[in-house]
Amino acid sequence: MPDLRDLYQDIILEHSKRPRNYRTLEAANRKAEGFNPLCGDHFTIYLEVGDGQIRDISFQGSGCAISKASASMMTQAVKGKRTEEAEELFQKFHHVVTGKNGVESNDLGKLAAFAGVSEYPVRVKCATLAWHALRAALQGEQHAVSTE
Amino acid sequence: MTTAANTAFRPQAAAHADFDVYKVRADFPILARTIHGKPLVYLDNAATTQKPQAVIDTMVRYYTAENSNIHRGVHTLSEQATQSYEQARATVRQFLNAGDPREIIFVRGTTEGINLVAQTWGRANIGREDEIVISAMEHHSNIVPWQILCEQQGANLQVAPVNDAGELMLDEFEKLLGPKTKLVAMAHVSNALGTVNPVRKIVEAAHRVNARVLLDGAQAVPHMSVDVRAIDCDFYAFSGHKVYAPTGIGILYGKAELLEAMPPYQGGGDMISSVTFEKTLYNRLPHKFEAGTPHVSGTIGLGAALDYVNSTGIERIARHEKQVLAYGTRRLLEIPGLRLIGTAREKEGILSFVLEGIHPHDVGTILDQEGIAIRTGHHCAQPLMERFGVPATARASLALYNTMEEMDALANGLLKVREVFA
Ligand SMILES: Cc1ncc(COP(=O)(O)O)c(C=O)c1O
Repeated sequence: MPDLRDLYQDIILEHSKRPRNYRTLEAANRKAEGFNPLCGDHFTIYLEVGDGQIRDISFQGSGCAISKASASMMTQAVKGKRTEEAEELFQKFHHVVTGKNGVESNDLGKLAAFAGVSEYPVRVKCATLAWHALRAALQGEQHAVSTE
Repeated sequence: MTTAANTAFRPQAAAHADFDVYKVRADFPILARTIHGKPLVYLDNAATTQKPQAVIDTMVRYYTAENSNIHRGVHTLSEQATQSYEQARATVRQFLNAGDPREIIFVRGTTEGINLVAQTWGRANIGREDEIVISAMEHHSNIVPWQILCEQQGANLQVAPVNDAGELMLDEFEKLLGPKTKLVAMAHVSNALGTVNPVRKIVEAAHRVNARVLLDGAQAVPHMSVDVRAIDCDFYAFSGHKVYAPTGIGILYGKAELLEAMPPYQGGGDMISSVTFEKTLYNRLPHKFEAGTPHVSGTIGLGAALDYVNSTGIERIARHEKQVLAYGTRRLLEIPGLRLIGTAREKEGILSFVLEGIHPHDVGTILDQEGIAIRTGHHCAQPLMERFGVPATARASLALYNTMEEMDALANGLLKVREVFA
C-alpha cells in the first residue's frame, strides 16, 4: 500500500501553500492555459522567451496541491533553461511520474519529489498539467490545453 | 484521535426494529471488501449504487436459464424472456404509480431518456423563439440536450436561479414562465446539492402557462416514493444503476397521449408494425420507442432491484437515510474549515463540501487511502459550481446501507486530511 507521505512530500505541500513565481508576467511574450475539466484545475503559464531561452516564467490559477506544487516547481526548474532543455526535462519528469523504467529520478533534482505520483495513476494528470501548458506556450499554441 | 468522545452521542443505528442496516448490508456482497487494507466505506452512491445479491442472482439466472431474444421467437425461451422483460415493465409502472405500462419506456439511463424527449417531442413541439426553462442546479444531461435542441430549433434556454442554500428561487422561476414557455425541465433532486425541488408547485406553475414538464428523477427515485400521477409531470426519467440495478438500463415515463403523438426516436426492429420500401407503420407504445434488441438482462435486473427496494420499504429507507444524513451533517460541521455546499431545508442524502485551503481532489485521494470512496469534482454541474464560487466540491452521497459509523469514519478521515495539510 502506497504511503500518503510518498505523494504529499513536504516540499510538495510547501510549494502548494506558497507557490513560487505566482504572478502574471509583464514582459511575457508567450502564454498558455492548462485545464483539467475533470477536477476544474486551471492554470495560466506566462513566458518570456528570447534566443531559444526561457528568460522568465510565472503562473497563476487554481488546482489541487499536486498540480499547484508541480507548476510552482516547474517554473523554478526551467527558468533560465534553453527551450530544448525544458522539453528534455519534461520527458524525464513524465517518465518518472508515470513510473516508467529507465529514468533515474535523481536526474530531476527537486522534481524527483513527484516520483510518488506514479503510485496514484489518477493523479498523473495533476502533476503534468502545468508542463503540458508550458509546452503549448513554447510551441506558440494559443488555445487552452486540456488533459482530457 | 478526537472522536472517541464525540461518538458517544451517536444515535443508535438500529433505532427502528423494522430496519436493520446491518442486515441490509449483508445483502450487498461488495460491502465486505477492503480497500488499502481498510473496510470499504462507500459514499459515492449518487454516482452509482452497489448491487444486492438478489439483483446479481437474477441476472445470473437469466443468462443461465432464460437467455434469448424477446418479442421475436415462438420458442419457449423467447417467450419466457419476453415475459420477464414485460414483468419488469409492470414493476416499474407500479413503482412510479404510472397509469399504464405503455407509458414506461426502457432506455439506457436518465441521459438517454432526456435526449429522447428533446429529439422527438422537442423537435415536433419547440419552435423559433420558444422557451425552455431549466434551473441553475441541473446535471449536464439536463442542460446540453436542451442547448442542442435550442440550436436546432432557434429556441431559447432560460435558467431559474438558486439561492445561497441551493434552493430553487420559486418566485424567480415563475417570472420566467410565459406564453413562449413550452417546456420546463428540472431535477427532482439535485445530484450536487441534495436539494429536493418542489415539483408539485413547479408542475402547477408550468401547466398554468400550458408548458410541459420533464423531471430528472435520477437522484429522487432511490430515496423517496415517487408518484408520477400525483406530481402530474409529463415526463419523468431515471437511471437503474442509481437505484441498485445494473448500468445501461433506465426509464422514461411519459403520459400516453404525448408519447402517442411523438415521432419515434430511433428506427429499427421492434419499433415497427410493418415495413415496405414505400411506407413503414410504427409499432404501438411502448415498442415504438424501443428499437433494436434492448438490454434484456438489465431490464430484468432493474425489476429485481425495485422488488428489493419494495420489500425493504422505500419509506423505511428514506427514514434511515434521513437519520444518517442528519448525523453526518452534524459530524462534518464539527470539522474546522469545512463549508457545506447545499443546505436546503428539503434535502436528500448528499453532503457536498469544501475544506478551506485544501482542494477536493486531495481530500478524495487521502480519504481513498482510508477506504472511503467519495466523489470529487464538479459533479457534471459546472454552472452550479460557478454559482457557489468553487471549482469543485467533495461529495459524500448516501444509500440505504450507509451507517452512522461510516459518518464517523468520514469525519475522522477528514481530520486526517487536515493533519496532512497542517
Ligand atoms: C441528477 C442527475 N441527472 C442525470 C444523471 C445522468 O444519469 P446517467 O449517467 O445514468 O444517464 C445523473 C447521474 O449522473 C444525475 O445525478
